[in-house]
Amino acid sequence: MNIIFLPVQILLSLFLLFAVSRVYFRFKEGTINFGSFLFWLALWLAALFTIFYPGFSNYWASLLGIGRGVDAIIYISIALLFYLVFRTNVIIENLREEISQLVREIALKDKPKKKKE
Amino acid sequence: MKSKKTKLLVVLPAFNEEKVIEGVLKSLKKELKNLKLTSEIVVIDDASVDKTAKKAQKEGVAVLKHVINRGLGGALQTGLEYGRKKKVDVVVTMDSDGQHDSKDIEKIIGPIMKKKADVVIGSRFLEVKNKIPVLRRIILKLSDLVTFLFFGIYPTDSQSGFRAFSRKAINKIKLRTQQMEVSSEFFDQIRKNKLKFCEVPIRVIYTPYSLAKGQSNLNGIKVLVKLVLRLGR
Repeated sequence: MNIIFLPVQILLSLFLLFAVSRVYFRFKEGTINFGSFLFWLALWLAALFTIFYPGFSNYWASLLGIGRGVDAIIYISIALLFYLVFRTNVIIENLREEISQLVREIALKDKPKKKKE
Repeated sequence: MKSKKTKLLVVLPAFNEEKVIEGVLKSLKKELKNLKLTSEIVVIDDASVDKTAKKAQKEGVAVLKHVINRGLGGALQTGLEYGRKKKVDVVVTMDSDGQHDSKDIEKIIGPIMKKKADVVIGSRFLEVKNKIPVLRRIILKLSDLVTFLFFGIYPTDSQSGFRAFSRKAINKIKLRTQQMEVSSEFFDQIRKNKLKFCEVPIRVIYTPYSLAKGQSNLNGIKVLVKLVLRLGR
């Protein structure tokens, strides 16, 4: 391990500690469930670990058949990001539909006002 | 007709149509009187910010109000739901901007009354020569092609808002899309529910007003993108 930290290591680790704290607080206030809590915690902690032991990512990368650890991280990150965007999209679309159903229920419940034709 | 009179519901989804809604309703009421049916008109006010609802109520028709704007698809689904609740025999949907001719109602419900179809769509491209701007014509034709590629039905006018539904169709059709791409989704529903579908020629009256509203040409592209995204879900 390097005795003197690189600036990038300090900046990234500060950000990651911030991210971990958000995960912890959101879990505490009940915004995210235990599953999401574990997922995000594991993700950020793994990132934190990798910053200080870059060799660790190289080891995994070579296992996967990718030359450099950084490359492996970028590939996996992009795949993960796309998937999360997709999931968010689906969730938003479902929410929209639920809102429509609600709006519809309200519209149908209010007796339609009209005079007899 | 049998002893029991056929119950007809005319659904008009409306969003900020205060300028024309009265005129549309007046001519519609006159036309419905001539048909020997029990009929009702319902305006689905999709959270208009103008006086659409008030003006419609003044005309003595039922008005269902969306508290949040949901788009054309959302409004049509509300209209169908209302028809389901009221147990009507036929639902007709029309645009509320005055581009459809109420005189065509008799034509459009014809195949349903004769039990020859469950869904009838009024086409602007059959028999009647309609004056449609060239660019719009191209976009409409492309939409028909897209409809075919997605749903395997090749209509002559997939984006028409003038439709009629039988009791069976009213009960079976469940729309998921909220906005304008709903016009294409009907074909998905027709296929999935094995509904009998046919087209009848209709007349359209394009005014600068109705052209400015409704589907803009650019919207056609948006609709396509949304359909593609839906496939990926």
